[in-house]
Amino acid sequence: MPDASFAPTARLLCGWGRAGATSGLVWTPRHDDEVAELLSKADDPGIIARGLGRSYGDAAQSAGGTVVDTTLLDHVGGVDVHGEVEVGAGTSLDTLVRRTLPQGWFLPVTPGTRQVTVGGAIAADVHGKNHHADGGFARHVTAMTVATPTGVHRVSSTRDPELFWATAGGMGLTGIVTSARIRMLAVSTDRMLVDTDRFFDLDAVMTAMEEGDARYRYSVAWVDCSGSAERTRPGGRRGPKVGRAVLTRGDHAGIEHVPAPEQPRAALAAARVPRPHLRVPRHVPGGLLNRLSIAAFNEAWFRRAPARRKNELQSMWKFFYPLDGVAEWNRLYGPLGFLQYQFAVPPGRGDVVRAAIGTLSSRRIPAFLAVLKRFGPSSPGPLSFPMPGWTLALDIPIGSEGMGRCLDRLDEMVAEAGGRVYLAKDSRLRPDLVTTMYPRLEELRAVRRRVDPRGVLRSDLSRRLDLG
Amino acid sequence: MIDALGQPQSAVVLGGTSDLAGAIVQALVRRRCRSVVLAGRDEQRLAASAATASAAGAEHVSIVRFDALDVGDAARAVDDAFAAALDAAGGVDLVLLAVGVLSREREELDPARTAEVVTATYSWPATALTRAAALLREQGYGRIVVLSSVAAMRVRRQNFVYASAKAGLDTFSVGLSEALRGTGVAVQIVRPGRVPTKMTEGLPSAPMSSTPDAVADAVVAGLESGAPVIWVPPAARWAMGLARLVPQALWRRVPG
Repeated sequence: MPDASFAPTARLLCGWGRAGATSGLVWTPRHDDEVAELLSKADDPGIIARGLGRSYGDAAQSAGGTVVDTTLLDHVGGVDVHGEVEVGAGTSLDTLVRRTLPQGWFLPVTPGTRQVTVGGAIAADVHGKNHHADGGFARHVTAMTVATPTGVHRVSSTRDPELFWATAGGMGLTGIVTSARIRMLAVSTDRMLVDTDRFFDLDAVMTAMEEGDARYRYSVAWVDCSGSAERTRPGGRRGPKVGRAVLTRGDHAGIEHVPAPEQPRAALAAARVPRPHLRVPRHVPGGLLNRLSIAAFNEAWFRRAPARRKNELQSMWKFFYPLDGVAEWNRLYGPLGFLQYQFAVPPGRGDVVRAAIGTLSSRRIPAFLAVLKRFGPSSPGPLSFPMPGWTLALDIPIGSEGMGRCLDRLDEMVAEAGGRVYLAKDSRLRPDLVTTMYPRLEELRAVRRRVDPRGVLRSDLSRRLDLG
Repeated sequence: MIDALGQPQSAVVLGGTSDLAGAIVQALVRRRCRSVVLAGRDEQRLAASAATASAAGAEHVSIVRFDALDVGDAARAVDDAFAAALDAAGGVDLVLLAVGVLSREREELDPARTAEVVTATYSWPATALTRAAALLREQGYGRIVVLSSVAAMRVRRQNFVYASAKAGLDTFSVGLSEALRGTGVAVQIVRPGRVPTKMTEGLPSAPMSSTPDAVADAVVAGLESGAPVIWVPPAARWAMGLARLVPQALWRRVPG
């Protein structure tokens, strides 16, 4: 090892859902060669990269093994004339956007938080509200450096495309990305031009998305999973119907869309990336987010939205990152934590989306912030999650009775429809359904046999689902 | 590997021939459990339990023998069980402790029998759990489920030797759970009411009784919720809380 200060610490690690913590030895390399050295010396039970720990489940931890914290690999190069920038894999999207936005460059694809690393964004092939238009994150990576147990490779979609695409969405199982070249998106303001529509049932919002999404770069619907299956309750009172939704769609605003007095502030030279203004305290009692509080929140969210509004100017921070304003919001779920269930199904299988929401609602399992959107074409990555069709993501507090069996049944429905569950969010999938959901898993395994013949790249996720 | 809902894929069962353990194993196998190591004394009964686990769908079932009266052998038995689980599944997600011997009323003036009951119900289990906890810590994660009893909550005239040993084990487990905080290893204690099984054959039925399947379902749900104590039936929690307040003169007259 290069010097004595490079030493590991034993740490208890969990995903963003805060359940299923395991203890591993965490190394924090400062240079790429230290990553290569850790990989060449790695042994059972395994080694895996970890960024900012925003995977919901157990993808970035390795019980009893080695965890490589990449966050010190955070160099950011200059943006070239094509909008390409070379960044260390431990750079957060937050840092990246702070550096590039004043020069007119935004992230080509962004998840709902900027607190993920570039390496994590590649390993999960993350998607944003523009997947139907622009694909996943890896599509905008023009080259990357992947350190493997057998050597360091510079790969792209033309140079060793097998390793490149197996790494894009490969959940860290093909090596550790140390740096990547990203093609950024040119923007001229930090504002968005947004259309908002409210719908009283799921069918209406799904129809609107099918018909209209092609006209927008960004589109996402929030769906209320509380409420009852029928709008009319016993006694004739009308209550909220399960599946009502708020649909927001839009694109980046040009400077000409901004009223003249505001133009100086919307100009990118003056752009200020906000920081969290609230922080959830460390100890939050369990049960704070329960059926009642979640239903109340959903009610407020729905009522706050306008029934219909066209061409509203919104800040991009509010549009893309509504939760980034509250640091450590995952603590709100209390000591038991929560899980996110996100699945994708083919275009003709919107019935699975309806059935999933109906099942949770009828079993009285609370789900917070169900997010529905449409995916465009898949990437060539064998383990990349997005597939053309629908995706639904649900946050569910752990501890609801019967939730395990209920989600097992949803797994079955999703698999039967030819869909899949997102591994970056998963912490409990039925292992027997992985090969059905990811039929190209064998391609990933073939790449692993080449770059990691001893099979040391392993995480709790890969052990749990037998991905190796 | 265990999942976020506490469902194990690999389980080591100490006391694998008990009826309760059998029901719990079946319930675990119905969820995620693929590999089971059954440790117990009687080879024939172990074979029968193994057959039941396989029939329920477990892919690997292995057997380890031990005698709960031989405390000096406890660490060896745990090591062997872990080695078998490591071979079959690459690790141990769950250790279920279901070891114990019930004392009968007439035996309780016999010092040799008292020593047996205490050894098999407290000394051996506590020793084995100590070893299992160390191995799970090294592994970086794991769950330990200890079968205690509502009888341990307030002692009665009948079975008091057994109850006292279970009370010791229960207290030991609470302490072990505290000692393991922050390590990735968690301990959960199951306190069932009297369950009609081989162990309780011939005893009159008691209030707060339960069935092996009810205990098994409660354990699976308890793994999911992570509750430190799993009461079966759930009402036993409140009943035993009240029972502790009842004066001894009255408690003596409560049937059961």
